[in-house]
Formats: sequence, C-alpha cells, structure tokens
Amino acid sequence: MSEFKPTNPVIRWIEHRLPIFSFIDHAVGSGYPTPRNLNYWWNYGSLAGIALVILIITGIVLAMQYTPHADYAFDSVERIMRDVNYGWLLRYIHMNGASFFFIVVYIHLFRGLYYGSYKEPRELLWMIGVTLLLLMMATAFTGYVLPWGQLSYWAARVITNMFTAFPFGETIVTWLWGGYTVGNPTLNRFYAFHYLLPFVIVGVVFMHIWALHRFGSSNPVGIEADGPQDKIPFHPYYTVKDLFGLGVYLTLFAALVFFAPNMLGETINYVEADPLVTPAHIVPEWYFLPYYAILRSVTFDIWFLSAKLIGVILMFGSTLILFLVPWLDRSPVRSARFRPWYKWFFWIWVFDVAVLTWVGANLPVPPYLYIGQVASVWYFFHFLVILPLLSIFEPTKPLPSSIGEPVLKGGGASAAGAASKPMEKA
Amino acid sequence: MKKLIIAAAVVFAGLQAGTARAAEDTDPPARDWSFSGVFGQYDRAAMQRGLQVYREVCAGCHSLRLIAFRNLEALGYGEDEIEAIAAEYTVVDGPDDEGEMFERPGLPADRFPSPFANPKAAAAANNGAVPPDLSLMIKARDGGADYVHALLTGYVDPPDGVELLDVQSYNLYFPGHLTAMAPPLSEDAVAYGDGTPATVERMASDVVSFLAWTAEPAMEERKRMGIKVILFLLVFTGVLYAVKRKVWAGLH
Repeated sequence: MSEFKPTNPVIRWIEHRLPIFSFIDHAVGSGYPTPRNLNYWWNYGSLAGIALVILIITGIVLAMQYTPHADYAFDSVERIMRDVNYGWLLRYIHMNGASFFFIVVYIHLFRGLYYGSYKEPRELLWMIGVTLLLLMMATAFTGYVLPWGQLSYWAARVITNMFTAFPFGETIVTWLWGGYTVGNPTLNRFYAFHYLLPFVIVGVVFMHIWALHRFGSSNPVGIEADGPQDKIPFHPYYTVKDLFGLGVYLTLFAALVFFAPNMLGETINYVEADPLVTPAHIVPEWYFLPYYAILRSVTFDIWFLSAKLIGVILMFGSTLILFLVPWLDRSPVRSARFRPWYKWFFWIWVFDVAVLTWVGANLPVPPYLYIGQVASVWYFFHFLVILPLLSIFEPTKPLPSSIGEPVLKGGGASAAGAASKPMEKA
Repeated sequence: MKKLIIAAAVVFAGLQAGTARAAEDTDPPARDWSFSGVFGQYDRAAMQRGLQVYREVCAGCHSLRLIAFRNLEALGYGEDEIEAIAAEYTVVDGPDDEGEMFERPGLPADRFPSPFANPKAAAAANNGAVPPDLSLMIKARDGGADYVHALLTGYVDPPDGVELLDVQSYNLYFPGHLTAMAPPLSEDAVAYGDGTPATVERMASDVVSFLAWTAEPAMEERKRMGIKVILFLLVFTGVLYAVKRKVWAGLH
C-alpha cells in the first residue's frame, strides 16, 4: 500500500486534523489496490452508485414542484412536464433513471452470481447487496405510486392487498393504507417513504463499500491476489475504465430519455387514478415482472395455506433466497470459468428469469400460466437443489496459479519485474 | 360532488366492462407522422387545422383541461391571435368583492373551458359514458397517434349478427369494437381557412397532430437537445476510451 503524502500545505493542514483525503484515496484513489484482471462486468458497481446519485438529485428537485395529494398529484406532475423550466427533462431522467438503476444493479448481481463473488470471505458484502436490492424495490414501488395515474393507484392496491394473505391481514392493510382503501393518507406516507429510503440506501451503500474494502474486489478468475504484482491502484486504472463505462452508460441513457422516454412505461398511467375503474390489465414496472409472474403462478391451495399466501411467500422468497446463496453453493471454486457445469446452469437460470419477465407481462392464462409455473419451479430448484448438488459432484477445472498468469504474457507470478511496475508507480 | 363522480364512473366502468368482453384486437396501421422519428417535429399548419377541428367538433363533448390559450403560441400564433381566440370563450371567474361568481371573456392565461360542468353532467348528456379529457390522449392509449387516427376513421357498419344499441357505434379499432362515441367526423364538418379540403382522413390526421402536441408539448425541445447531448456524449466517450487505452497501455 502506498502512503498518502500530500504536498499542498492546505491539504496537509486539514489532513493532519481530519484525515479525509487519505480516506478518499484509500476508498477510490491510488491507495486502493485492485486486482489487475477485472473485466467490464466490474463496471456496474460504480455505475449503480452514479445512477443512485442521479436519482437523488433529480428527485430532490422534482419534490420542490410535486404535490403529494390525491386531488393534485396527477396535475402537479403534468405541471412539471409543461410549465416548470426543464421539468420534462428532470422527470424523464428520474423516471427512466429508475429503470436504468435496476438494469445496472441486476447486471451487477448476475455478475456476482457468475463469478462467485459472494463466497467466503465476502458473504456479508453480498448480503448487504441483497438488502440494497430490497430497499431499491421499496423505493421504486413507493415512487411509482406518486404520479397517481391508473397503474400507480392499482399497483398500490394490488401490492398492499397481498398482506391480507397473512393472519390479521385486514388490520395490517388498513394500517398500511391509513384508511379503508388506498387514498390520500396512503399517497402521503408513500411520499414520505420515497423521500426517506434513498438516504437509507446511501447509508447501506457505504456499508457495502466498507465490506468490499475489507478484502477488496473479487475478480474473473476468482482466486485471491498473492502479491503486489497481481494488483494495480484503483486510480488511475479503474477510475478511467469506470469513466469510459459511464460514457457508454450515459449515451444509452440519453437515447432513452430524449427519444423514447415513455417506452418502458405503461400508457394507462397517463390516465388519472380512478378507484372505480379497474384497468383491464394491471402490470407492474418491467423490473418487477419476474416476481409478479411467481406470485401469480400459484393457483392452488395446499392444505391450510391459501394460494394467495403461498404466492406471496414465494414472491418474497425469490429475493430472500439470495441471502442464502453463499451457503447453498459450497463449491470451493468461485468463478464459473472453472466450473463447466455451473456455467451452463447459470445461463439457464438467466434465461429462466427472462421467461418469468415475459410471463409477468402477460395475463395468467394458459399457456403463460403453465410456462410461468415451470419457470417458477426452476427458479427455486436452481438455488435449492442444483447449487448444493453441483458443490458435491461438479468436476472443476484447474485454477491458474495467480491472477497475473492469464493476463500477462510469459506468466505473472514469477514476472516480478514487469508485472509489479504499476504498484511501484503508485 | 364526489358521489356524482363515483356514480358516473360506475356507469362508465359498466359500459367498458360490457364491451371489453367481446374484445378482439385489431392493430392500428402504423402511419408516418411529421413528429415521428429522431428528427421528427410538429407540423404547424396541421396543428392549427387540428385546433380548429378540436374547437368545432371534439370540444362539444371532450375537455382539454391541461391546455391554456397561452400555450397556443407553440402552434405559431401571435399574441394578438391568442388573445382573440381566448376572448371567444366565456369563463367563470370569482368570487368578486360581493362574493359573487361572474362571467368574463377568456384571457391567454385561462385554460380551455370544459364542455360540461362536472363528470355527472357529462355522463347525463352522453348516455352515461363520460367523454375522456383529450390533453394526454395520445400518450394514454397503446398505439398513440396511430390508434387515435385509426379510431377516428375506423367506423364501419357492424358485421352480421352484431346488434347495436341506439347509443353504440361499431369501430374496427376500439377495444371490443362497440363504442359510445358516435362517428365524430363527416366530410366538410369544418371549413378550413387555408382552403385544405376537409376530408375525414385529413381532419383526423390534423386533430391527431394537434393532440400529439397537447400530450407532449416539450417534444421538439427534447429532441433538439437530445441530438446535441448524444453527439457530445459520443465524442466524449470516444475521448475517454482513448484515455483508458493510454493509461492501460503500460500494463498489457
């Protein structure tokens, strides 16, 4: 590790009293040693952080113009779109920013699963990440209710109604709503939570990064670095690589915001909420479709458990099961590169999630219902049966002797001279 | 008031539910609009004609409550013209110093007055179905401009075996085909000031052009800005890629 030695007298004066500059240097600067072989799939962590910041900034500005009242919310959003300077831009960035946040975080999560990033000693890092996903879902759901369109209202009703599946459900739901149906009190509390939760997410993100820095990033070959020749300083190598990734991300994001801002939304949410007109087809935002498909796949009671309750449990279970992945997958090999069977099952699982997304967007009737049921069973089968069995029976490929070996010509472990150059420079 | 809205909505919901059962989707044909595509912009002349169609035909039943007269500047009208259009309307203002509501001519800051005092009145005048507000219509229906155009020109005689109630019309594109909206456009329903022949097809595409703007008034600014932003980002990302290559050159 390089020592942080500032030359600027002002920075030295501050650093002596509050070591904030060395803190930043160790977090995202030249003082953070990072595996030299990270590929572009490792860009999505920092992208998620930037997506979050974009959402918080646009959200705070939108909150200055939005009115959280059942009678005025819809019109106040239209006022933002029409009369507020660049209000349309802020709202479209915020709206599509949520979608892009989920795209980035899902890729980040899939990367973690593919490369076994959740394995010892990074189990807590992984679990904090799953917690972040749950917080994001709560934030996205409460945010979707705020424009008070038809789907805002009916999504709130359908989702909160799930709690009636539990004992004392009616009481719980009345308490959640602040009344006997979704109404103004519901909108007000959802707004309060929607403003609060992003800051909770920021706090948990700091824990995520804290846990990350304990052992540093995992990497595509999944073995730990065994010397300085395997690592390079985060700055400038990964700051510039992340910046390039950010450029690509912003270009795609801008294409959506400026040229197809409503592509990922539902048209009917431009109709104001009406408690007496149920939309023919209630669907959640695209990033919730797999869970929605699992919820609706359960069409039969089992013993004293109602179909609804089982559906709700499985829906929450589909995310909660991620907490257990570090213990369901006991394979000593992290990266799917050296796990010939797991690699296949990983992609089958990704395909399964895509199928669930597609099923979730359609009505729960045959053939979608049956496809959804098969896909739901496979989703859990993958985690509960395949992962533990692979841990026992999978013949894994031999691991490289060091991180440097596959990336450096002529073998990295012994090439102390050329390979260790970067960290000396730092 | 709330009860009235609820009652009206119930009737409307009932009508919709009844028609939805027979639903059989017909996709509206895709049309080439002046505003489609990355460089697409609104057609001022078509919008002005569309405004005329809205005012002389649609406005009899449909409100346009999110649009103020001052917004018509975007159609290419000058201040005087906007003041003149607004003054043709009577709006209810007040209360005055005596506590009375009073009527006055419209001003540019006023929004288009709605044809009915409330949804109950709208339902009573339309056999129980409330004509929806048109401000956001193009964004509020799947198919958007294509769908609304197809709907306006999609009235045909019902196929054999389909019985219509007096208040129903058969439309190829309306979900379920049975709609409470009578065919709104007929040849020469309006007399265009610029001499354009007022065919049903022309009036439909003009009013859709106008409503596309009411639904998304910032579209032109959005696309113009978007082109600049994308061009900047492409160049900037290219530069970042070059920097990345340079910084990493010593490692490989």
